[in-house]
Amino acid sequence: MLLREVDYARPSTVEEAVALLAGYEGARALAGGQTIVNVMKSRAAAPDVLVDLANLEELRTIGFSADGLLEIGAMVTCAQLVNSSEVDVARPILAEVAATIADVQVRNRGTVGGNVCVNDPTNHLPPLLVALGATFTIRSRESERTVPADEFFLGVYLTAVGEGELLTKVSVPPSNDAGDGFAGVTIGKHGTYIVDAAATVSDDGVRIALGCVAAAPVRATAMEDRLAGSDFSADSVAAAAQGLGASLDPPSDVHGSADYRRHLAEVSAVRAVLQAAGRRKGA
Amino acid sequence: MATPARSRAISLVINGEQVEMEVPARRLLVHFIRDDLGLTGTHVGCDTGNCGACTVQLDGEPVKSCMLLAVQADGSRIATVEGLAPDGDLTALQRAFNEHHALQCGYCTPGMLMSASALLARNPHPTEEEVRYALQGNICRCTGYVNIVEAVVAVGGGA
Repeated sequence: MLLREVDYARPSTVEEAVALLAGYEGARALAGGQTIVNVMKSRAAAPDVLVDLANLEELRTIGFSADGLLEIGAMVTCAQLVNSSEVDVARPILAEVAATIADVQVRNRGTVGGNVCVNDPTNHLPPLLVALGATFTIRSRESERTVPADEFFLGVYLTAVGEGELLTKVSVPPSNDAGDGFAGVTIGKHGTYIVDAAATVSDDGVRIALGCVAAAPVRATAMEDRLAGSDFSADSVAAAAQGLGASLDPPSDVHGSADYRRHLAEVSAVRAVLQAAGRRKGA
Repeated sequence: MATPARSRAISLVINGEQVEMEVPARRLLVHFIRDDLGLTGTHVGCDTGNCGACTVQLDGEPVKSCMLLAVQADGSRIATVEGLAPDGDLTALQRAFNEHHALQCGYCTPGMLMSASALLARNPHPTEEEVRYALQGNICRCTGYVNIVEAVVAVGGGA
């Protein structure tokens, strides 16, 4: 397919990238291109300027901050997450989930920054990063700010990254005593989720986030509260999920009705929490 | 500061040959390969990133060339199906496709070969499960995959 004419620049520093994003109307960041190139083909969006982040090596690294957070650069690919020894040590659920995103070719190009900034409701990383309590570092020409996951995902294809801004890294607390889980029901064996749920169980409590049920990931806060002090038996987790489906207003489409998604939300949340509790250190 | 432009002079190595060309920013890599370079072994299937018929290797890793702009490949090393057997002596993988009848219409075959050869390069003896996982991004509407998977497993010496 023929794309609309577009201007292209490949900056060599983050400063230059944010200057381009802020300085040109209709400028969009180009990471791996696994979403935006298709969007441009269908002309659902037509950026005037593409700012290719390919040469920004500082965004391609995975490491640890001074206070022990796992820091993932926005240009780290899904394939890099899958193979990272840092991820394996600090938060292996990220590799486990990244390995189920799309296919080999897409994982080789698709980036963490792209996956979260697109915030397609069916993307895997947004609900997972909400459950993990990740924080997002956003740069502009003037400043740098850090946004918690609960405030990052705003709507369909909409995040806290504004015009002229660039997501540079995602920081994830190491698991320590926590166990993490991810569960859901897909279209076909490896396909897109109809509903998914991510959960973290630690000494600090339980965090549960649902994907595919709303414009952005949804925290199951009532279920989290009911699980305080739980023995995490199958029965008590199932009991805690009662009413979760009824609290949601998910979409209906060819893959499932809203009612089916309400049902799947409870099933997925229970499975994710049981998996997380079973993996908790000392469990 | 880099100035945005409608086109870019790109330089890359394709099947071992250095190529330098000015390309429009909006040109897809698959069109650059097929139309500008005349390498029509790489097929356009769905043009939506789902089917994998356009798979090539970029710096050794399989990617879908309909989901990349040619300008994004600037500075990279590309391998297409034409590069597998430049002298006409088929590779073990290509012979296995023949022996196992791993194609019917053949449209998906170049993409299958590029994904499978990338797998074999990093994992010379893949299991059936590993082969299926590696080929998940390549759709075949004829064979039902059984013979394709058998061919790739056989190259690695598996049953």
